Amino acid sequence: MSGEVQAAAVLGGLAESEQTESGRRPTGPVRPRRVGLGSWLLPAYTVIAFVFLLIPIAYTFVFSFNDSVKSNIAWRGFTFDKWLNVCNVEGGAVCEAFANSVIIGVVSTIIATTLGTMIAIALVRYRFRARSVISLLLFLPMATPEVVLGAGLAAQFLAVGVPKDMTTIILAHTMFCISFVVVTVKARVSSLDPALEEAGRDLYGSPAQVFWRVTFPLLTPGIVAAALLSFALSFDDFIITNFNSGSVSTFPKYVYISASRGIPAEANVIASAVFLFALVLVIGAQVSRAARVKRLAKLG
Amino acid sequence: MAFAAFATAEAQPQAPRKTSRIALLLLLPGILYLVLFFLTPLISLLLTSLQAPLEFGDIGQYQYAFNWQNYVDVMTAYWPHILRSFGYALAATVFALAFSYPLAYFIGVKARRWPLLQSLMLVLVIAPFFISFLLRTLAWKQILSDESFVITSLKALSLLGPDAHFTGTPFAVIFGLTYNFIPFMTLPLYTALERLDLRYLEAGSDLYAHPFTVFRKITIPLSMPGIVAGTLLTFIPAAGDYVNASRDFLGGPDTQMMGNVIEANFLVLLNYPAAAALSIILMAAILVLVGIYVKRSGTEDLL
Repeated sequence: MSGEVQAAAVLGGLAESEQTESGRRPTGPVRPRRVGLGSWLLPAYTVIAFVFLLIPIAYTFVFSFNDSVKSNIAWRGFTFDKWLNVCNVEGGAVCEAFANSVIIGVVSTIIATTLGTMIAIALVRYRFRARSVISLLLFLPMATPEVVLGAGLAAQFLAVGVPKDMTTIILAHTMFCISFVVVTVKARVSSLDPALEEAGRDLYGSPAQVFWRVTFPLLTPGIVAAALLSFALSFDDFIITNFNSGSVSTFPKYVYISASRGIPAEANVIASAVFLFALVLVIGAQVSRAARVKRLAKLG
Repeated sequence: MAFAAFATAEAQPQAPRKTSRIALLLLLPGILYLVLFFLTPLISLLLTSLQAPLEFGDIGQYQYAFNWQNYVDVMTAYWPHILRSFGYALAATVFALAFSYPLAYFIGVKARRWPLLQSLMLVLVIAPFFISFLLRTLAWKQILSDESFVITSLKALSLLGPDAHFTGTPFAVIFGLTYNFIPFMTLPLYTALERLDLRYLEAGSDLYAHPFTVFRKITIPLSMPGIVAGTLLTFIPAAGDYVNASRDFLGGPDTQMMGNVIEANFLVLLNYPAAAALSIILMAAILVLVGIYVKRSGTEDLL
């Protein structure tokens, strides 16, 4: 849904949605304003709101340096130790869970992105009956609470007699990622200029050549954004995983289970490292996009 | 809005008819996947919700039946959880809207002159997504625990009674739900406000409307699609959530929601029919509420 699409656009930093770059943004002439209470109230609120949003992140980051013994609740002094020996705790249980999460995220992202991109292209480019049924089928998984999706799949696996393992987690994650991929990629397909593909056909390109040489490269930013969103959704999913994982541990599941006896600081290390990695990636993409827009503006 | 994005695709004129076989090939794998792993599970869930215990069977053994009694049983046993789920989710949605609207307004309207600042602020809005949902919630639990600096200082200032708790209370659960779903509220609001044409607001004030009237009569109606999308994106996952309300996180024994009892029935008690019946009730209630809400807010084109 639109929140996720926006998130994907920010994540990708590439999939420019039409309204942000084609200059359709309506800006009226700015009239001189009175300087008063209102002019600083909103910026001040924004700063406070961001501080509030970032408090738990800062807390998690700071406590990754805590020299804790078992549970990571009271501050016991600063150490780099946990960052250097992440996998040494509990026989590497945190790292194993993390590795599982990465594998599940990558595999389900690949499947969901492929299937979702195909659907997105078909929805925009072709006319067919049953379109409204298909749209509903794509919309419903996003409007269904995760606990229902998770319990439904678990009931099905139980009925068919499939044991729960890594495969069932991947099957579940792929399912809820497809719709988000469709929404994200679809925005990109609709903004494509059909004239570019026509030009390809006019130059005697075969349908396959036109697709791989023209359409696909133009869709890439949307597909990348969709894949990043899909990975993020899969990596952080707990509720659906919990119903379909059996004895397989993922990072969120590890955190949930150890919450009752205290989370080791190593979990904070992994979460903080993932956070920093994602932040650098996204800010880098945003800054380079801003630079590109500026360059284009200068050319124009 | 993306809800609308699904519906408005008919307007694409460039579709050649004869290639519909390619369309079928493109659609088939993904649609088949969703039928197999989304639609059939819902049917499984419905069938499971009607199962009866196997005669002389072990715990967790059931047979197919038409045991409507399961619905009556879970309704009588868990009606407080059902009410709590929708009550907490509603409260969290209202708080998230109140929190996010000014924030989205600043990013989408006031910060228009600085595109880089705008996109960096958007990154900050989704930054919580990058750190585990569960760890964020645990962080709040520890920041606001009874021994924490915040709570002890509030007690020292007598703003809080000496025996007051934060974690384990309904307020803590609503607080956690609000915090966790704020990005889902802020982003659609931002999308709607970013497109707001400021000339309408100027026209309003030129006609001597009070700024509050301008906001109520122009800004709010124009951002309605964002409000509807944001409230749905917050309300639906909040109603089904069971992490915030869990005892190990922000909840306590008296704050359990539907998600908690579904989890307990399915994974601990192995009472699959009860868990399935509760899931069906949750899903049906959400679909009905969402349908009414979308109709009443006058944005039918969302679905």
